[in-house]
Amino acid sequence: MTTPSNDTERHDALVADIRSRFGDRLLDVDRSFGDCALIVDRAAVHDVLAYLKNERRFNLLMDIVGVDCMDLATYRERFELSYNLYSVPDDLRVRVEIAVPELEMDVPTATDLWKSANWAEREAFEMFGFNFVGHPCQKRLLTHHEFKGHPLRKDYPIMGGQWCTSTSDLMDELKESN
Amino acid sequence: MGIDQTLLPATKDEAGIITTRLDEVVKWGRKNSLWPLPFGTACCAIEFMGVVSSKFDISRFGAELVRFSPRQADLILVAGTINYKLAPVLKRIYDQMAEPKYVISMGACACSGGFYDNYATVQGIDQIIPVDVFIPGCPPRPEAILHAILKMQERIQKEPVTTQARPRRHEVVDKFKDN
Repeated sequence: MTTPSNDTERHDALVADIRSRFGDRLLDVDRSFGDCALIVDRAAVHDVLAYLKNERRFNLLMDIVGVDCMDLATYRERFELSYNLYSVPDDLRVRVEIAVPELEMDVPTATDLWKSANWAEREAFEMFGFNFVGHPCQKRLLTHHEFKGHPLRKDYPIMGGQWCTSTSDLMDELKESN
Repeated sequence: MGIDQTLLPATKDEAGIITTRLDEVVKWGRKNSLWPLPFGTACCAIEFMGVVSSKFDISRFGAELVRFSPRQADLILVAGTINYKLAPVLKRIYDQMAEPKYVISMGACACSGGFYDNYATVQGIDQIIPVDVFIPGCPPRPEAILHAILKMQERIQKEPVTTQARPRRHEVVDKFKDN
């Protein structure tokens, strides 16, 4: 298979491939500023990610980004989750996005595909409250263990600091790494 | 140093005599041998390295013996952003220092949270430990740090020598569990 040199052409080929394989589970495609975002059904996200990793050589998960779309009428649901992928062998980037309703925030974990998903999902969990089903150690990553609430939600007060009264060990993380 | 009387030797073979009070001698020794513990968490700590190094040379004021153990230091220099997760750690390290102990809060972040006006950052370390001298700046110039050392020395010379007699600067409500 010859690889087209142009990102736009390669994104076209990728979108066509995903569409033929996943059909209407690929809800939408967002192409702006030379980027390509695949907006997929929440139930199919793990299948799409596994396909991209195993068959399309997207071997690097750069980040998992949460978005709070509160008060934005153009969005499907309150929250959005974006997986930023990069393929080292093909030098190609793609985003996979899902809409997540406020009352049902279960998302399948991607830690079985990329190890880097571990901390990225912990951060998305503490900042927005996504629940990553199957995550090996879903604890707060950056905020302290006594912190209540999810500070990057739009309805969290920006000055809402919370005192931490004790230090915490990292025994769970140590056990997990063994 | 409050020197009451000096008796200079008549010839170089005789010894001279200085009379003073014990308090003054102790304080004089104390203020000229501050051993700083740099609690560096951000860019201010880099600026502190400049103060210790030869160009500005904090050893001209006797405070060059940097210790990284709170047991061996009597001046904690908090240089950088302190967030809520770190607050109990800073309190513990302050508690581990032996009396007499002094605190300098260096830079905008340590003094007031700086531009980190948000849920994660403590809005001034004086909510955790009692601060003697604040240094404004982001980061402060090395001269400002030397000025703070001199202010600290002035304060040590003026204050009573014993811990019991020294007034608390202000009460800090203890927010932390003893563990």
